Amino acid sequence: MDRVAVIGVGQTKYEKGKRETFSELVYEVVTKALEDAGITIEDVDNIVSVSSDFWDGRTISSMAIQDAAGAFGKDITTVEGDGTFGALYGAMRLLSGNFGVGIVVAHHKGTESSMSGITNTSFDPLVERRLGLDAVTSAALQARRYMDRWGILEEQIAPVSVKNHGNAKRNPLAMLPMDITVEDVMNSPMMSTPLKKLDCSAPTDGACALILAAPHEAKQLSTHKKRVWLNGVGHCSDAFHMGDRDLSDTRALKKAAEAAYVMAGLEPSDIDVAEVYDAFTYMELMWLEGLGFCDDGMGAEYLERGVFDADGELPVNPSGGRLSANPVQVAGLACMAECVLQLRGEAGEHQVEEARTALAHGINGMCGQSHCVWIMGK
Amino acid sequence: MGNRVGIIGVGQTHHAAKRLDASGTELISEAVSRALDDAEITLDQIDAIVVGNMDHFENVNYVDMWATDGLGACMKPVFKVTTGGTTGTTLGACGYYHTGSGIFDTVLAVGWEKNSESDTQAAIATCANPVLERDPFAGAIGPLATEYSMYMSVYGATQEDAAIVAVRDRNNALNNPYAHNQMKVTVEDVMNSPMLSFPIKLLDICPRSDGACAVIFAAEEKAKALCPRPAWVHASVVRHDYTHFGDLEWQWMPTLERASEAAYKLAGITDPLNEFDVAELYIPASTCGVKWMDSLWFCERGGAPELIRKGTLEMDGQLPVNPSGGVIATNPIGATGLIRVGEAAWQVMGKAGDHQVLDVNKALVTGFGGCSWSDVMILGADLP
Amino acid sequence: MADWKDEVEEIVFDGKICVPYSWTVGSTLSKWYGIMRDDAEIWANRCPSCEMVFVPPRKKCIYCYEDMNEWVKLPGTGILETYTVVEHPEPGVYPRETPFIYGIIKMDGADTGLVHFIEGVEPDKVKSGIEVEAVMSKEREGNLMDIECFRPVD
Repeated sequence: MDRVAVIGVGQTKYEKGKRETFSELVYEVVTKALEDAGITIEDVDNIVSVSSDFWDGRTISSMAIQDAAGAFGKDITTVEGDGTFGALYGAMRLLSGNFGVGIVVAHHKGTESSMSGITNTSFDPLVERRLGLDAVTSAALQARRYMDRWGILEEQIAPVSVKNHGNAKRNPLAMLPMDITVEDVMNSPMMSTPLKKLDCSAPTDGACALILAAPHEAKQLSTHKKRVWLNGVGHCSDAFHMGDRDLSDTRALKKAAEAAYVMAGLEPSDIDVAEVYDAFTYMELMWLEGLGFCDDGMGAEYLERGVFDADGELPVNPSGGRLSANPVQVAGLACMAECVLQLRGEAGEHQVEEARTALAHGINGMCGQSHCVWIMGK
Repeated sequence: MGNRVGIIGVGQTHHAAKRLDASGTELISEAVSRALDDAEITLDQIDAIVVGNMDHFENVNYVDMWATDGLGACMKPVFKVTTGGTTGTTLGACGYYHTGSGIFDTVLAVGWEKNSESDTQAAIATCANPVLERDPFAGAIGPLATEYSMYMSVYGATQEDAAIVAVRDRNNALNNPYAHNQMKVTVEDVMNSPMLSFPIKLLDICPRSDGACAVIFAAEEKAKALCPRPAWVHASVVRHDYTHFGDLEWQWMPTLERASEAAYKLAGITDPLNEFDVAELYIPASTCGVKWMDSLWFCERGGAPELIRKGTLEMDGQLPVNPSGGVIATNPIGATGLIRVGEAAWQVMGKAGDHQVLDVNKALVTGFGGCSWSDVMILGADLP
Repeated sequence: MADWKDEVEEIVFDGKICVPYSWTVGSTLSKWYGIMRDDAEIWANRCPSCEMVFVPPRKKCIYCYEDMNEWVKLPGTGILETYTVVEHPEPGVYPRETPFIYGIIKMDGADTGLVHFIEGVEPDKVKSGIEVEAVMSKEREGNLMDIECFRPVD
């Protein structure tokens, strides 16, 4: 099958309380991505924006960013969800043969609204919404179930936070670089047991854009040094109602990952670096298991052995991860952007050595109901 | 590169002002079941699903996740697209690109809305920029009324011209069992209906409906194996305009001109009025059914009133428009554009029942939304 | 060159999207809530194909996509599959004062779980795997709050 290439990336610095409007953030990253690709907006024939009416506080929120994305007179569409799904649609459009070069752009101003109130609207208004569930409390139910099932202690998930905030110190775009210890995580305020403040990501503002190109255009417009190929992708959703799922089970992720590995003709052991959706500490471990990097329930042990450290066998979230900057919707696209930088050898101080194959991951819905997995390579 | 794609099944609910018996997900499941039956396949044969609606009309975040039960999406690939009024045609395009990409063979696209669950105009008002335009120029009727009053003064179109369109679409709906508004009306009825925003009157404008529509797309080999007469996708084009209402060109519809021009080129159409056998157009108000005909290249700019008066776009005219009754009869917003795609597909497949146009080879579909955005899709009986 | 933005005193508009909603419950959940309200009982429905029993009941089986028309009464007891003690307050979203407990209860007689409040147990004593039972509200209106909470079986 044909492959699509990423030929340019642009990211804002991820931070709290950005002064720019979200369309200004979109303009910033699209401009940066075009510059990075060495092309102009004239070379682009289609755009996928990733927006959410809920987070943006307006309906048809794609209206608000289309001019900033350079979409005037062009074919633009909007995916609502994580940026990895936006990239998936962007790639499909190119693979269909209808387009040559596309922008995928996501924005998020999490600090302008209420994370709890907005994620509460993800629950069924006919059933669970009345209970007041939100992202943190539902994740806490999943964390408890996962930890009970495998006998994992709070002290064993806390090191994810220590590792990722530590990695963020080497990434100038990350919001929360921190020198912390397991004790600091354990002593941080309890949100919803077993999750403490430092087990959770924080509202973040930012935007990210990728320039995707069909094979022919990628080779014409871009150099080998800049080109990163999207070799495999898979996505899959689990059941909606939390009570329908065993929240410790990663079957949807496994199915998505399987599709991505098969398309890329690779196995988990071929991956050199992974950016996974660590909105909460325990999630990184669960997703690493679901992605096939270790057996179910073994994530904490591998973490303890240093396998996922920046200088370990499989560096995970060298960018600092979502724990260090979690602009929802942008997050998975930022995972992909980080993988592009890693594969190009342009990740600066957080560069992983000899990264040839990378895996990026995004989720939709509560407790990782739906997953999108990308495998990328030089 | 890229697969050719055909539509092999269509399903829709009986659209209504309020469907008390079915929740949103249940409404979706009705449309999905009917599409599967129409294609004579089962859910197991669906490789991926895409869904869309407008968030603030039901206030459910992550609708693709919430709708899993109704979509049959548990343990399947699914995501959501949404672009306002164009959501339905966006879904059609998305189903097409899914299958065209070669990643998936058989794909289900589902649009739905329960407009009865919210204050639609209040929700739409939030599409305007909160800092600049939300207070003075919000809601859907204002911009449409403004453009037609300008068109009337420039080209001599009349309110009666619009009324002829309203009568055509509303009376066509009488032959469509799925249509929401089923009422026989005359030009006088339309002219005498209450004025909403000059020159648009109550019977000129679309209703708010509860409903869902599902369309199944299949890659070439699969489509040929599963369906005796698929509706092949010949073109899918989207064009956007500026972000602010104040920046728009109101005298004609630049996005529709550009989108249809590009789509006609892809499909090899040079004389749309002659080459299309039927059109399912997203006409939210009868006034658009006059003015926008210019922008579809059916005539010179300003020529639309003449076409309307001559009956060119009636069921027995040269190019029947909206045999289903169109948007003026049925408008579950997130589904509305996909209903256009599905109805046009049925026309090509010869499955449109009492509102079937004879011998349809090529069908034109449009979508409208956002800030005067236009989507155009062309379907045909022959392989593209 | 000085950045003109340094001189700007930036303005922020506060807003709230206030749109009223009336969500259609549909026949299946209306029946469920109706029984809960009138008879203080929790029911479920069964898939004719895979025989999975769902609570809350669905129109269609999420796996087989078959219509489900067979209703079964549940005893109202179950096993606490997982829980969380919510400590950080979120006014306007959480309907209870913190600390309070959410749990997912794997319902006896059903193959799925219900999410609800867990009461009658100290936050530091709650454990996964305990047996719990539904406490029905005295005033019932036909919604999920007709179950007041689940509490440990003595």
